[in-house]
Amino acid sequence: MNEILTLARENLISPIILSFVLGLLAAWVRSDLSFPEAIARGMALYLLFAIGFKGGVGVAAHGTDARLAAALLAGIALSLVLPLLAFALLRSLSQVSIMDAAAVAGHYGSISIVTFLTASTLLTERGVAAEGYMVAVAAAMEAPAILSALWLAAWRGEGAEKPDAKAWREVLFNGSIVLLVGAFVIGWITGKDGLAQIDSFIVSPFKGVLCLFLLDMGLIAGRGLLNSRGILRPGLLVFAFLMPLVGAMLGLAAGLALGLSQGGVALMMVLCASASYIAAPAAMRVALPQANPALSLTLSLGLTFPFNLIFGIPLYLALTELIMRP
Amino acid sequence: MEMHKAKRVEIIIEAIMERRLTDALIGSGVTGYTVLPVSGGSGRSGQWTREGQVSPASGMVSVICLVRPERLDGLLHAAFSVVERHIGVIDITDALVLRAERF
Repeated sequence: MNEILTLARENLISPIILSFVLGLLAAWVRSDLSFPEAIARGMALYLLFAIGFKGGVGVAAHGTDARLAAALLAGIALSLVLPLLAFALLRSLSQVSIMDAAAVAGHYGSISIVTFLTASTLLTERGVAAEGYMVAVAAAMEAPAILSALWLAAWRGEGAEKPDAKAWREVLFNGSIVLLVGAFVIGWITGKDGLAQIDSFIVSPFKGVLCLFLLDMGLIAGRGLLNSRGILRPGLLVFAFLMPLVGAMLGLAAGLALGLSQGGVALMMVLCASASYIAAPAAMRVALPQANPALSLTLSLGLTFPFNLIFGIPLYLALTELIMRP
Repeated sequence: MEMHKAKRVEIIIEAIMERRLTDALIGSGVTGYTVLPVSGGSGRSGQWTREGQVSPASGMVSVICLVRPERLDGLLHAAFSVVERHIGVIDITDALVLRAERF
């Protein structure tokens, strides 16, 4: 236990995590610090391109094997199953409506690419390697959860809006997935030579941009939480902190079963523990418009995201280090 | 200068529904519209602001169109089919335009 706490403390004292904490604190003291929307989106595009590209270079360097396909399939299966668990847990802990529970479940089956980015960076800082194709697994886990959420809403007799072709196109080809997968493919094709051409752009400034981006995310999460205090009930709070741990344990089991490296298992845990607040909210708003968006976003962005960043990631990394250390 | 009566319809809707709304408006015979960003606000679903957002899910846009009075019903029918189940506001005001043939 002491070892886990020591490892967790080491991960916490990182400019990346502390920048996020600064954002949270600035929001809570009601500072006027803010980032223009265009800059926030610009940073998000940069980070997605950089992480996708580096993942592709990693695959080019180490080659592919059957584990890649197995990890992709496992990611899709987990993304389909996690909403069912989230739905059952949320309904047992709180009195939220079926439609709200289905929408929240969709968020928790999908993934937070920012949590993934942060965990990847912390792994690199610690010198722990991970499979480059985990980027592709992350992209594959974005959409299936939305199917499960719609099925849950329809199964329980609520009037979910059947997504049309336009809605599916928006989900499957939303900007973040296209950029992430596209950069991954470019990195895979061009390999280390391609990286050498642009590394001064996507490697050196990466951590600094991530710090600023997480500062912004801290501001958004903190302000969202302040504005939504009225809707939070004890059962919802328990859900927001318990569900990531449930997801992480499933990710741990899947990662170990797949035979991933220590870094790969940690990232699988992070993917399963995180909740989406970029792709899933947009899809849920189109498909389940009756659901209260403030509830889903407060839980995923206001509670689970900070929990994962401050406590979850260090805990997951420490656990994999303890279990898998040679 | 000769003025002509028109109706100005402003629809504030979730940003993710913008394309669906404008497609429906065009389908109803509207000849033009203007989309404006909305920087923030508050309503039944709580407060929100455009600052720092990276997801389109939490943003709103304002779609404005000017139509001849006889086209108003068709426009409202089309707009309401999109807005009905989503967060949004539709308001209509009387307006005067200079070039009636454009609306």
